[in-house]
Amino acid sequence: MHMTETTSVIDVNKPRGIRQYQWEIFLVVLFLAVNVVNSFLSPYYLTLDTFLSTPMNFLDKAFLVLPMTMIIILGNIDVSVGSIVALTSVLMAVSYNAGLPMPLAMVLALVISTTCGLINGLLQIKFRELSATIITLSTMTVYRGIAYVILEDRSAGHFPSWFSFLAWGYIGKVPFILIVFVLAAIVFAILLHTTRFGRMVFAVGNNKTACEYSGIRTGRIILGVSVITGLMAGFTSLFLTSRMGSTRPNVALGYELDVIAMTVLGGISTNGGKGRIAGPLISIFLIGFLNYGLGLRNVSAQVLLIILGFLLILSVLVQNFTDRPRQKSSSKSGKSAAPTHQSDAGSGSDIQGNSAQGG
Amino acid sequence: MQEAVQIFKEIQLKEADMKKTFTVVALVLIALALVMPASVFAAEKAKYAIVFKNTGNPYGEKQMEGFKNGIEEQGFEAILRAPDLPTAEAQIQIIEQLIAQKVAAICIVGNDYDALVPVLKKASAQGIKVFSLDSSVNPQARLTHVNQADSEKIGQTLIKAAYDMAGGKGEIAILSATSQASNQNIWIDFMKKELAKPEYKDLKLVKVAYGDDLRDKSVSETEGLLRSYPNLKVIIAPTTVGIAAAGKVLTDKGLKGKVMLTGLGLPSEMAEYIENGVCPYMFLWNPIDVGYLGAYVGTALVSGKITGKVGEKFSAGRLGNYTITKAPDGGTEVLLGPPFKFDKSNIEEWKKVY
Amino acid sequence: MQSQDKKQTGPSAKGQTRAENRQDALSTRPESAARAESASRAETLARNTETYRELGLAIFIVILSVIFQIRNPKFLSLSNIKDMLANTAILSILTVGMMMVIITRGIDLSIGSTMALAGMITSLTVSANPGISPFLSLAQGMAVGLAAGLIIGVLVAYFNILPIIATLGLMNILRGMTYLISKGKWVSAYQMSAGFKSLSTGTTFGISNLIIFAIVIYIIYAYFINQTKTGRYIYAVGSSPDTAELIGIKRRRIILLVYTLMGLLAGLAGVLWVSKFASAQGDTAVGYELNVIAATVLGGVSVSGGRGKVSGILLGSILFGILANALPLINISPFWQQFIQGLVILAAIISNVLLQRRNDRIALKKRVI
Repeated sequence: MHMTETTSVIDVNKPRGIRQYQWEIFLVVLFLAVNVVNSFLSPYYLTLDTFLSTPMNFLDKAFLVLPMTMIIILGNIDVSVGSIVALTSVLMAVSYNAGLPMPLAMVLALVISTTCGLINGLLQIKFRELSATIITLSTMTVYRGIAYVILEDRSAGHFPSWFSFLAWGYIGKVPFILIVFVLAAIVFAILLHTTRFGRMVFAVGNNKTACEYSGIRTGRIILGVSVITGLMAGFTSLFLTSRMGSTRPNVALGYELDVIAMTVLGGISTNGGKGRIAGPLISIFLIGFLNYGLGLRNVSAQVLLIILGFLLILSVLVQNFTDRPRQKSSSKSGKSAAPTHQSDAGSGSDIQGNSAQGG
Repeated sequence: MQEAVQIFKEIQLKEADMKKTFTVVALVLIALALVMPASVFAAEKAKYAIVFKNTGNPYGEKQMEGFKNGIEEQGFEAILRAPDLPTAEAQIQIIEQLIAQKVAAICIVGNDYDALVPVLKKASAQGIKVFSLDSSVNPQARLTHVNQADSEKIGQTLIKAAYDMAGGKGEIAILSATSQASNQNIWIDFMKKELAKPEYKDLKLVKVAYGDDLRDKSVSETEGLLRSYPNLKVIIAPTTVGIAAAGKVLTDKGLKGKVMLTGLGLPSEMAEYIENGVCPYMFLWNPIDVGYLGAYVGTALVSGKITGKVGEKFSAGRLGNYTITKAPDGGTEVLLGPPFKFDKSNIEEWKKVY
Repeated sequence: MQSQDKKQTGPSAKGQTRAENRQDALSTRPESAARAESASRAETLARNTETYRELGLAIFIVILSVIFQIRNPKFLSLSNIKDMLANTAILSILTVGMMMVIITRGIDLSIGSTMALAGMITSLTVSANPGISPFLSLAQGMAVGLAAGLIIGVLVAYFNILPIIATLGLMNILRGMTYLISKGKWVSAYQMSAGFKSLSTGTTFGISNLIIFAIVIYIIYAYFINQTKTGRYIYAVGSSPDTAELIGIKRRRIILLVYTLMGLLAGLAGVLWVSKFASAQGDTAVGYELNVIAATVLGGVSVSGGRGKVSGILLGSILFGILANALPLINISPFWQQFIQGLVILAAIISNVLLQRRNDRIALKKRVI
């Protein structure tokens, strides 16, 4: 058992006004810079079509960034999202090919993905001693393993032709997937920033123990977030499968890294307890267009790997630097929902958590 | 005291600001630096792109190199791309980027037979000539396919080799990868068909093992084969990682002469095992030539010389003339030639090439 | 079982003198006596549960071996066992490092990439300088791994980056570097010197070199983690980082040390790997870190930190090695492997938790108020 950190509720250090959005502004500047550079790279870049159509490449992943924001605010992490996408996609394809009508197969997909999320959540509440890291690491293996058992190394597909509308279709000039994503983003923004549920997500991420003692059902919050993650993974799976018109057990490989990178780059601190949905939303497009731009320059995959790795670490580094400067985060390693310790000089009230227990 | 604290906080915030500005500037500079070496609107030459299955694959590197030679020889610009993971999604991203660059043709070595169809159709719709190479894609998305060698011939050649090595009868096994792409299963099917023929009645296929193209897994699977079938005479491994792994196991266990090895392998990887006799001979084709042929197919398609139909002829530089034939999957293909045999007499020369 | 030590004090001691026993029997606190009895019984039980876990694992291994032997009598042959051990040696070396990392509540996802980079650099060097001593190659690989581990350690310990993020990022960076320096080519057997290849495949006194490496490392490690101050500090930091710091243990240095050691071992493993397979590829050991984590966690190393035994990870590696070796032998479809692996990890960590809860409950009962 460890000594829980203290946290002060009233924070006189917090920047007010426009200052609050420092990180988001920074991201927007980067985004503009990337686009400026891209337009130099290709004479065909600066068209409305580019900006509307390019996102079709990465928006399927983006659906996962929304719940991942919540997860990281909670102080957890989830590396099983890619595997949930794979399993869902495989089961949908197999059931459709076994005779299930497509709309039902799609509903089944969402049901399965939500169940996977539910299992993740249940494991986390029943076994609180285990960090989300290790739980989702295990379920990641299990879910994809099931996908391999079902489909082995074959592929499945032959979906009805209207299914491709999801990922390739336009309504007017706007891609369908973009519309759906914008709607989802709005829903999440409302959920996270205005509802009670959202406030509790922040609270639990800030100081789980204090919440438990205050009577907040932290278990329900974690469960809720996990279920939402599962549901969103189902969306990703629908759009990804539609994009390819067929599926295999090895789809969505590596999605976890990309999604976590987008979220963390978006300013969501891995310490938990704070963040805004705006940041990740911007960073989705930032990373997406950056990838695209580098691709236009035919940068090799190896270099892209290195860049992504650096971006991830750099963004956390910069955040740690610019976060409350006197931050001590002693028991961070691998533990979920570890609250931050803030010693603001001069701020009076500190709420003590549990006193240290032995061993 | 309070004022001091306030000032201190202000300084910290300013530090934070400075750090942020610094970071922005740094990142923008990095971005520009990455891009600067690229001349802005350089190439007026037509661009031909090849997309391989994944990076870090020497076979793929050679194919792409051959492609590049063929394209540049004809005065155009070649773009070589490969994703770091052998997945279809990654290739879709790359193809989208190529579409944006308005390339003249895309030569795809597919990670999946069907999953690339939507994006390739999009490319075709924009006037890009699409054809596959090595690992085919669905005929509805390609104009034609460049095949290293007749799949049926590969199956026949390998079974004949196993027959000869086994002395006419005995147990044989196949060590495969898991097919991410179409080739493996097609070859294995042809091998099984060949085995059903009356002249091979004394040759028995006991197992098809899968090594996933992973070194350690292929080793375990080989060891498993040897242990489960002590009378095994020949291992056929039509995969570069598998055959090399099997070669190592047979060498380490001193089974040269008792269990023979053949299949499809890279000369560089197999040089050691051919020289020490564990693998009397094996086959492959020259990936450089495959890529080179692909280059000429691409330019012929773009110039309108061929449209991908059976019977059309074209010239492929130093390789000579080719005719398009019917492919077993319903589309069309161009065959490079028969598989090439590597044995003690020529391995020394070839091991350095690829 | 019962200690008759007269020095034991307190009503919870079973080892009371006969006089005191009579006293208690006549005492007017029958409940406390009963509680005392059950509590001390529990204490012995708690001590045994730790051993139970190891015992349970060992029994599981035996049962599995019997099942596999029945399915394929070749399983327990000397040559198969030798093969299994050689194949498991590399895994077991890595679990040593991972155990330290997990004890300090961390994780390291980058070891696959570290192995690949170390292996590739070493192979390229050998290919260009065939006369080089294999030991120098070993040192070179370990140096590469050390550097990688050092970077991770600094990021985690001094910049407060979450281990999963730091190692996820480095996993990509190191892999990208591997592809870049190899220029997409592999280093093949004929390019490696015989000395280099015999690092793994050679034998000393009839035992495979790999096994010898593993044994030596385990002996050093067992001494280090159990007998030295620094080793015990590692447990302390994992068990309660804040308390450790209060006591004066240099927490950050310990964490830095732990990741550096992991990197060192990964570098060593990388060289041994490419030597064993006589081939260095860009995608060597992709995803291998999961195997290592699985074996470590199987061995009872707790992911909440502060707990783990050397015997545990040894058993965990062996179990893992058995699974990997036996599945081809008993014709289980390779496509079931990942699923089975995931289930085994889940089962292991959950059973660890349940056992731990039991222990804690017992420890709590010990406190007689």
